Amino acid sequence: MSEGESDAATRAPHPPAVDLSDCTIAFYLNDRTSYTAVEQVSLRVDDGEFVAIVGPTGCGKSTLLNVSAGLLTPTAGTVTVMGSALRGINRSAGYLFQADSLFPWKTALENVAIGLEVAGTPRPQARQSAAAWLARVGLSNFRGHYPHMLSGGQRKRVGLAQVLIRDPKILLMDEPFGPLDAQTRQIMGNLLLDLWGADRKAVLFVTHDLEEAIALSDRVVIMSAGPKARIIGDWSVALPRPRDTSEIKLERAFHQLHRDIWHTLKSEVLKGYAQSGGG
Amino acid sequence: MRASFKLFALQVLVGVIAVALWQVLTTVPIFGVVVLPPFFFSRPADVVTRIVEWFAAGTIWRHLWVTLVEATLAFLLGSIGGVLVGFWFARQPLIAAVFDPYVKMINALPRVVLAPIFALWLGLGIASKVALGVTLVFFIVFFNVYQGVKEVSPTVLANARMLGMNERALMRHVYWPSALSWMFSSLHTSVGFAVVGAVVGEYLGSAAGLGYLIEQAEGVFDVAGVFAGMVVLAAFVLAIDAVVTMVEKRLLVWRPAPAETRT
Repeated sequence: MSEGESDAATRAPHPPAVDLSDCTIAFYLNDRTSYTAVEQVSLRVDDGEFVAIVGPTGCGKSTLLNVSAGLLTPTAGTVTVMGSALRGINRSAGYLFQADSLFPWKTALENVAIGLEVAGTPRPQARQSAAAWLARVGLSNFRGHYPHMLSGGQRKRVGLAQVLIRDPKILLMDEPFGPLDAQTRQIMGNLLLDLWGADRKAVLFVTHDLEEAIALSDRVVIMSAGPKARIIGDWSVALPRPRDTSEIKLERAFHQLHRDIWHTLKSEVLKGYAQSGGG
Repeated sequence: MRASFKLFALQVLVGVIAVALWQVLTTVPIFGVVVLPPFFFSRPADVVTRIVEWFAAGTIWRHLWVTLVEATLAFLLGSIGGVLVGFWFARQPLIAAVFDPYVKMINALPRVVLAPIFALWLGLGIASKVALGVTLVFFIVFFNVYQGVKEVSPTVLANARMLGMNERALMRHVYWPSALSWMFSSLHTSVGFAVVGAVVGEYLGSAAGLGYLIEQAEGVFDVAGVFAGMVVLAAFVLAIDAVVTMVEKRLLVWRPAPAETRT
């Protein structure tokens, strides 16, 4: 890239990658009753920004992701992606799901290659590129393995490669490292930051782990307990990059921020507990 | 290795004891009475002799061939029909809902009662047996494919859509493999039913096949012939089953463990 181009890229006013405006999302349980998961939420993720959404269990964090992905249409409000209204599936987004989402009947290599294949890349090139991506996530020796032969962490790595190979402008992640053990989460966090650092996509990262959120992101958004969850806090994380997710947790600025945010989050978590305990 | 050998020895022992008992009770008088009259129970030695005769004369091959052809055709036609209709119903909930009571009704019917109808419609040749087998195989494959398409994990489906798959790609990369895996997990049952359909059809009216052989022997109180037919049939089914197991291992490498079979 020439210098002029990169200058233009940083200076020109980019439309936000994802812009949710006054979004309300309700689910109809049956003809008469409905459940409002999220009410009047506005959220902007700028180009190249890493935003983490933190909130108690069941607060509709995943719902916001699904709306940004185009898998769900909000009951009210608008979704704008890169400056144009979103219709149907969000083609500029890659989505890393919380649950296992690999195709169990495809090998690791085939799983990673499929996104390119359906986009029309000839199979040999797609496979070659998939092999390179498997190498980047450290799974070169597992090309022929089927998902059930891989560990939870390895499956997440394949999932990450599967999503990133399509080079999406926006990365949506729904507690991607939730089911993993603490050490693996740390390693995966660093891997994610490494890969993200290469081209700085816009990231919307949902988690219930505040430490993880602060360690990874540029901005932490706190949601209230559902139903009718809303955004109740928005902190920018001014920690230097590149970061190491385990080392950054030792810094004073990290602790200060953690204390501030936790103060707000705690009451919501307790509210969430009270509601889920009662219902 | 040693444990499996021991198991094999025990398995053989059970067979040997059963056959020996049968032979002894049908030949050696106990207190002057032969417990199992050979007229009704035949003797293992006679059964073996009969089988050897059949194979030596070569007459058995024609019957085996006919049964194999019928079972194979029934399996193929039933599977193709089951896959197509299963897919169609799973993707068109309205159609599935409309036909639901009829599907249940026909499936509840014991298929044997259809045999005379098929014989009337299609004659005593191969066609009526194939038809009977198809009615058995079709429903097993149909239910499994239907289930397979319906039970695709919503996360996998959402992932496929996020990866840019259109309806056609979803069919090819998601619904089809899932449906096939369910179908293959019921392969043993459907292949078994294809053979059942063929043999029962032959038994109720035909001019060739293992079912015909058994029916003929029964008609003249030739018990040795009936047993010999059963033994050949059992060996035939075991051989087919072994082939199915091989095919299954090749096709379902991606599966952690054999899943439950739905019948």
